[in-house]
Amino acid sequence: MAGLAAKKDHLSHEMGMHTEGLLGRSQQRLFDVAEEGGSYRYPDSPDVDFNKRAEIDCATLDTRKINSRLRELVDRGVGTVVLRNPGSKHSIAVGILHRLNLHIEGSCGYFACGLLDGPNVTIKGRVGWACGENMMAGTIVIEKNAGSQFGAALRGGDLVCKGSVGARTGIDQKGGTIIVGGDTGAFSGFMMQRGRIVILGNAGKNLGDSMYDGTIYIGGEARSLGVDAVPGVMTDLDREWLTRKLRMYDMYPQQGIGNIKKIVAGKQLWNYDNLEPSEKKLVL
Amino acid sequence: MCGIAGIIHRDSTGDVGQEMTAMLQSLKHRGPDSTGYAVYGAPEPDECVMRLKVAEREDMSKGLGIRDEVKKRLASVDERLASLGARIVDRQDATEYAFRYRIQYNGDLRQLADYVEDVAGAEILSLGHALELVKDLGDASCVAGQYGLHHFRGTHGIGHTRMATESDVDIRSAHPYWAYPYNDIAVVHNGQLTNYWAMRRGLERKGHRFVSDCDSELLAVYTAYNLEQGATLEDSLKQSIEEIDGVFTYLISTEDALGMAKDTMAAKPMVLLESDNLVALASEEVAIRSIIDREIETRDPYDEEVHVWRV
Repeated sequence: MAGLAAKKDHLSHEMGMHTEGLLGRSQQRLFDVAEEGGSYRYPDSPDVDFNKRAEIDCATLDTRKINSRLRELVDRGVGTVVLRNPGSKHSIAVGILHRLNLHIEGSCGYFACGLLDGPNVTIKGRVGWACGENMMAGTIVIEKNAGSQFGAALRGGDLVCKGSVGARTGIDQKGGTIIVGGDTGAFSGFMMQRGRIVILGNAGKNLGDSMYDGTIYIGGEARSLGVDAVPGVMTDLDREWLTRKLRMYDMYPQQGIGNIKKIVAGKQLWNYDNLEPSEKKLVL
Repeated sequence: MCGIAGIIHRDSTGDVGQEMTAMLQSLKHRGPDSTGYAVYGAPEPDECVMRLKVAEREDMSKGLGIRDEVKKRLASVDERLASLGARIVDRQDATEYAFRYRIQYNGDLRQLADYVEDVAGAEILSLGHALELVKDLGDASCVAGQYGLHHFRGTHGIGHTRMATESDVDIRSAHPYWAYPYNDIAVVHNGQLTNYWAMRRGLERKGHRFVSDCDSELLAVYTAYNLEQGATLEDSLKQSIEEIDGVFTYLISTEDALGMAKDTMAAKPMVLLESDNLVALASEEVAIRSIIDREIETRDPYDEEVHVWRV
């Protein structure tokens, strides 16, 4: 076990995550799936059967009714649900804390699939602002574009958009992986603390502004780097991880990943050891 | 919060009144206080359309005398139009306090606007050949029903659902704003302008007038000033990103164009659908989907993006 822990520490150091405890389920997937085995469940969490399938037609339902019906189905053990005609309604499929295969056949509005912990979601259309906000584990794969604040405060899991996304992607990200197939807007990775953002296209201004930690990979060009965001050195582990991750979602670029650059925190803004002005007075 | 929406049919006309109503109704949750439209119909040769109010809605419940007062104000408006040589082709009562004039007038529109607005309680909402600017308290269905917009056909339009945050809940503070004294130009805005007072004082010193304390009016007056100085619509939109502070996304419409600008932080939402024959924009995609029932490709414009689409 000690050897495994040391190896884990080494890997996380090499990927620029040397402060990570790697305690979340999805964060550990790459490193020690066997240790947790995905066996953790919330109390009273329903046990679903993926072979049990149901559909909800959202055309005439409001968000509350859509989410209530979703919960009713899951409580009956249904493990695969298809939502039809979501009509860009807001806050669809939020707060799902158990296993579920959810297929959304259309577009969602704001705050789609926020606060998830476990389900695998596919969305055929686009999503509005703040999709996947605060997700803890699971996967969300969006076929079209996404709005701003994509994956805000993401804690774990994989959040994937095959199109382009708006501004502030991964703002305050605390873990997990965000993958963007197209471009991303300004201030992506703003104040991110852990986790990884992969951008296959271009990024707007101030990429990685004031990031504390974590890693951003970018295949195109950033209009500018933010404060304290600096180029990092791509390692073999980075390349291996990118290859595996992008292939998982059928997003591995035709031209390969040789053009992908790595951005990390320069850590010049770190001043945790400095005294607050009031504390200085006490000391002096 | 506020919601804004716009639509433009390229090379054709459409049911702009109905489309804008559907879009604005689906944005009602972003601002229930008032709803406004600036829609563009087919202009009659040699005619102007003037949308005018001579009282606020709340004034109408302040006693029986107000109705006589409204009649007096209208008579005064008619007199002043006549004295300037304007011929009233038609006058319709949209509500007890808001009216639509069709007039024939070849003189200076700024002079006409100033003279009419000198009547107590009178405020011109819009003046132009194609623009019809309507705004009132309530949601889109309510306002469209009140002003008969459901059957309005035209080329393009913009609209606004307002959540009052910085000024009163009244028609004066509702959007859109007409870019006085320019024909057919209107603005809707979602955001907060933080150098409003400094910019306003500068424009007032240059002779421009403001009718409300709503920061959004600044964008209309600012655009009017830029056009007066010879700037194009696109130039003005780009310049606004440099000169106006705050977080904003706004739409501007002219007789033959629809423009948008997004601030440097991209802090306010906008979803864009762009196709060969139709452009639709809204604060939320749900508004665009309210008029298009097929699967669509939309995107969020980025920071500092400026667009102008022409009919």
